Amino acid sequence: MILGEEDYITEEGEFVVNMGPQHPSTHGVLRLKVWLDGETIKKVEPHLGYIHRSIEKMSESLSYRQYGYLTSRMDYLSAHINNLACALVVEKALQVEVPARAQAIRIVIGELTRIGSHLLWFASAGLDLGGVTPFFYAFREREAINSIMDENCGARLTQNFMVPGGIVYDVRPDFQSRVKEVLKQFKDNFHEYNEILTGNVIFQNRLKDVGILTKEDAIAFGCTGPTARASGLSCDIRKMYPYDGYEKLQFDEVISTGCDSWARYEVRMAEMLQSVRIIEQLIDNIPEGDIVAKTKNVIKLPKGEFYQRVETARGELGVYIVSDGGASPYRCKYRSPNFANLSAIPHIARGYKIGDLIAIMATIDLIIPDIDR
Amino acid sequence: MTKEELKDSFTQIFPAVTFDESGEFLTAIIPSEELLPVMKVLRTKPELYFDYLFCETCVDWKDHLMMVYFLNSRTHNHTLVVKAKITDTINPQIESVFQIWPTAELNEDEIFDLFGVKFLNHPNLRRLFLEEDWVGFPLRKNYVDEHMIEL
Repeated sequence: MILGEEDYITEEGEFVVNMGPQHPSTHGVLRLKVWLDGETIKKVEPHLGYIHRSIEKMSESLSYRQYGYLTSRMDYLSAHINNLACALVVEKALQVEVPARAQAIRIVIGELTRIGSHLLWFASAGLDLGGVTPFFYAFREREAINSIMDENCGARLTQNFMVPGGIVYDVRPDFQSRVKEVLKQFKDNFHEYNEILTGNVIFQNRLKDVGILTKEDAIAFGCTGPTARASGLSCDIRKMYPYDGYEKLQFDEVISTGCDSWARYEVRMAEMLQSVRIIEQLIDNIPEGDIVAKTKNVIKLPKGEFYQRVETARGELGVYIVSDGGASPYRCKYRSPNFANLSAIPHIARGYKIGDLIAIMATIDLIIPDIDR
Repeated sequence: MTKEELKDSFTQIFPAVTFDESGEFLTAIIPSEELLPVMKVLRTKPELYFDYLFCETCVDWKDHLMMVYFLNSRTHNHTLVVKAKITDTINPQIESVFQIWPTAELNEDEIFDLFGVKFLNHPNLRRLFLEEDWVGFPLRKNYVDEHMIEL
């Protein structure tokens, strides 16, 4: 859509600028139309669809073994967790018992994904706000995690590992030692992150008291994940509706009542350490046995509706499947965490300066392919 | 609240409701004209207090469209699915719930874009993903894509 000239200047002193779709700080092709009075934001309107692939429509013609693979292309930083949601909904519908070994490996891989995702967020948040070095620090550890993914799943991006009933291959024999190596490296280097970014006064001043999202607004806009937890809302799906054996593990739900961008930053930093804690409980206790439960060659779900939610790195991902008894979904809807978090941005950003919008977007951590689907 | 208590409270608000208990959540099916008053009560009544709309979507059943609202209460932690049946598939329309849950704004834009359901009293109804002049609504079952190659 091309803006007419009358759209640019609405009244005296107020004008419209486009943030994106090629703006570096939007992490993808998101376009925000911003109404400004001087530097103050009056109104924000998201324009989407630059990377819309109609994954929901495609899923309607794919089998229950195939449709999950598309979800790695949605939130590509939480690829494994998205796959897990698709596998879990099929398991729930067929009432399949997943082997204990598969469950443990799924959690380890899922939490590694979460650390990797938060590391990329840390890198890009620093980059958005003017620091280049955090990027190199974070990518050092992310590279190590990506190597583990590469060795075990055969891909560094768009990874696929979880299938209905379990996992697709067994992990390599050196999986445990490699994960421990990476965790040690991560824990040894974590203080560097705090030194370069957390303790940086310029960085703190950019984030503190910027982008206030109250608890009531977080509920009303459907925010989930670290964004909502930084507003004091307890919403960790792993605690509320445990799946895949999370109920047996010891970990804390990180909640902050700061409500600002700084709180969102702190929550994500603390979550990485909780993920390390989860992996450490499991990595020496992966049981032996099968890796996948026996399912029929052609999976057919019983007639009905199924909903499954998981906690991705960005919040609650829901998979809603309507089945007519056939071999592919009649309707497949993804309740994406980023879509809901995005809907809060126009509300949060109002009244702040345009530079603060970058800080808000950096700490809400949007992944655009997950919004467009 | 348990499923049974939810059923009782819902029947008090709207007696002509049909329930479906086959799924994980209690599902209440109402006609699309009655949606807004019912939703307002669900949101405000203290013992129900559904403050969190966590998923809103639409399903095309060929002879009718079914709007699906997943509601949850953060205070009481109970979940209810409300379905509103739209019988007019040529020119489907329903009241927007944007005034009750602000998150519905973008969701309804998406449903309008992909299903063609028109939301009344929506602040800014627009095609969210597709171009303004796109013909047809892709997630409808009768949508024909002229570029699609059948294998």
